[in-house]
Amino acid sequence: MDSALLIHRLHFAFTVTYHYLFPQLTMGLAPLIVILKTLALKTNDERYDKAARFWAKIFGINFVIGVVTGIPMEFQFGTNWSHFSRFAGGVIGQTLAMEGCFAFFLESTFLGLFLYGDKRLTRGQHWFAALMVFLGSWLSGYFIVATDAWMQNPVGYERGAGGSLQLTSFWQLVLNPWAMLQYAHNMSGAVVTGAFVMAAVGAFYLLSQKHVEQGRIFVRLGVIAALVFSVLQLFPTGDWAGRMLAQKQPVTLAAMEALWETQPGAPLVILGQPNVAEQKIDNPIVVPKMLSFLTWRSWNADVQGLNHVPKEDWPDNIPLLYYAYHIMVGLGTIFIAVSAIAAFLLWRNQLYSARWMLWILLLLAPFPYIANTAGWMTAEIGRQPWLVYGLLRTVDGYSKLVSAGNAWFSFLGFMGMYTILSMLFLFLVAREIEHGPEPTDGPLLERIQIPVEVR
Amino acid sequence: MATLWFMIVAVMVAMYVLLDGFDIGAGAVHLFIARNDDERCTVLRAIGPVWDGNEVWLLAAGGTLYFAFPLLYASSFSGFYLPLMMVLWLLMLRGIGIEFRTHIGDKLWKGFFDAIFGLSSILLAIFFGAALGNVVRGVPLNADGYFFEPLWTNWRVGEQNGILDWYTVICGVVALVTLVVHGSLYLAIKTEGNLNLRARKVASTFWPVQVLLTIFSLIATVYVVPHVLDNYSKWPIGYLVPAIVIASLAYLYFAHSRKNEKGAFLASCAYIVGMLVGAAFALYPNVLPASTDANYSLTIYNTATGSHGMGVGFVWWTLAMIIAIGYFVFIYRMFRGKVTLEDGGGHGY
Repeated sequence: MDSALLIHRLHFAFTVTYHYLFPQLTMGLAPLIVILKTLALKTNDERYDKAARFWAKIFGINFVIGVVTGIPMEFQFGTNWSHFSRFAGGVIGQTLAMEGCFAFFLESTFLGLFLYGDKRLTRGQHWFAALMVFLGSWLSGYFIVATDAWMQNPVGYERGAGGSLQLTSFWQLVLNPWAMLQYAHNMSGAVVTGAFVMAAVGAFYLLSQKHVEQGRIFVRLGVIAALVFSVLQLFPTGDWAGRMLAQKQPVTLAAMEALWETQPGAPLVILGQPNVAEQKIDNPIVVPKMLSFLTWRSWNADVQGLNHVPKEDWPDNIPLLYYAYHIMVGLGTIFIAVSAIAAFLLWRNQLYSARWMLWILLLLAPFPYIANTAGWMTAEIGRQPWLVYGLLRTVDGYSKLVSAGNAWFSFLGFMGMYTILSMLFLFLVAREIEHGPEPTDGPLLERIQIPVEVR
Repeated sequence: MATLWFMIVAVMVAMYVLLDGFDIGAGAVHLFIARNDDERCTVLRAIGPVWDGNEVWLLAAGGTLYFAFPLLYASSFSGFYLPLMMVLWLLMLRGIGIEFRTHIGDKLWKGFFDAIFGLSSILLAIFFGAALGNVVRGVPLNADGYFFEPLWTNWRVGEQNGILDWYTVICGVVALVTLVVHGSLYLAIKTEGNLNLRARKVASTFWPVQVLLTIFSLIATVYVVPHVLDNYSKWPIGYLVPAIVIASLAYLYFAHSRKNEKGAFLASCAYIVGMLVGAAFALYPNVLPASTDANYSLTIYNTATGSHGMGVGFVWWTLAMIIAIGYFVFIYRMFRGKVTLEDGGGHGY
């Protein structure tokens, strides 16, 4: 592989993966904050207001990192992937520009009001600001997903002068069926992250006997939302995604499942290591005929295998694709199981004292991030070797005049910068969690500051 | 249609420079004019609620450029690879400098983020000016419409240019001085007391520098790119633009000395718009001239996308701008007037 191409791919993969750690929490927390604000308005219970205020602080820190790591994404289409931009910019530039013009203006305006307008706005207005922040972040998510969906399933274009693509149908681009499906799956995944993070912070407070009352609110809302959206991830959105793949990208599906040969009654691989050289799976544990049923709703249907297409059209990293997909599905299954048990305990009024379950909820917090990342890896590695499916290969998309040395320069720069951002983020969020929501019982306690000795 | 989108992109870039320009300018001077914690807080509060929205104009302009002129976007972004990466890092540093400063009350922590905010603002102003200089001067485009510029070559203006040469460095300095004046005038509007006095003093000090540099840079431009005047001779109405630049500089001085803070700031806005429009007018219909062979120059015609895309783009763009302007009017009215520390009330800065 051309080494410049490799660096450009790693460069984008690194910056976009890192970036998406933040928007998934932003988009996941936003609806939960709206729920808290709504409960506060309805019940007139100030605990909900304080819960919302606490999460708004976490949201604010997270949002800043999301914004500053998001700006490079829009630039990198041009800097590192100029041939792709020239080829497809006339189409996907539309959705990217709409994100800026519609979603970002909306978001930045109301976020300022939401975070800092607490005392200037009435309670109703402040609720409205929270709602608009939620809408802005979800709108921005749609435009980005629609952009990616077009790369997976190009629609509404024609070839113009010089071979580059031009838009022929705005509505086909915006209402791409792939976009709607991917959006549903992606946003539900973001809420899973938000919900499990909220539940984990609540579990932490309950386990350490601090902010107990707020901890209960967090655990309750977190567990219920986690259950609802973990189930939605599997059915219907995950199921739709699998069947869409079987129709539009059968090679991708075959590589995800490491299905080498086209066969009737294809099995579903639960565990095992793909062996590309010998075209088999080592140590397999499979459910017979399940893949045929899941994709075509018939136990004996033919499922297309990798042998159906020439090797140069196979995704170029089948093991990584296979693992990304299996990690996503495996974690998703665990999320459903854990949130179902936790919800059952909640219903029986036992959750708040079930320390073993609180520990599980606490330790589960990083895993939705891994599942969401693995999901995106499945989508993007699965699309290979295409950059725009069926139209432009990845090897033809990068900036030919930006040498490997220059790409390394900025790649290392971003790694350094993001290391600093990570440390700042973890430090500041840990402080907010340590500090906790404002106490609600009795008069407001004066916060005791430990005096710092001046030397 | 391509001409219309050329104007739209130019307007969006101008909006970005006007709006983010004042908070970059405020950042560039705040280390010097805000001398204690209260004053620095005041500066941050003056720009706090709006800087993020201002920066969205950069993203919106970038997105618009992307779909209206895909080749221009692809060529210029990959050609200016190194400086753009540095701009991205500076934008990141500046964002966290503004937003994370107040999370901890410690003096060292605050001082660190103040310095980051100041330095990144100064460097950004210079980079943006140098970028504009590169576009006016021309870049070493090849027959495919691509180029790659090293940061510098021999510092001369020639065929194989670097990002930095004597001409683009001058443009960078002009931008820095312009935004220093612009930001100081904005701070003068938003503050009172010592901070207001010092901000006004910075503007007074830098106004003569700005006038001299403007004249010098215009002469340098005509020397470096002689055909820059072609469009002006073709459509003499263009000479209105330099007239506006001169008039706005004069009015800036007049308003400033009469303590008409808003008038002086608006004059600075008119000056910036005049300089940008003057450059765009001289370039048209080129958008990125080639220093290698005039036939390789990128124009609005050879970089534009298809007419359907431009047509629907115009519909939603108009809608989006009406809404966005609504937001801006609303938020600037909400946070209008002088900033003081007492009225903070839940404000994070």
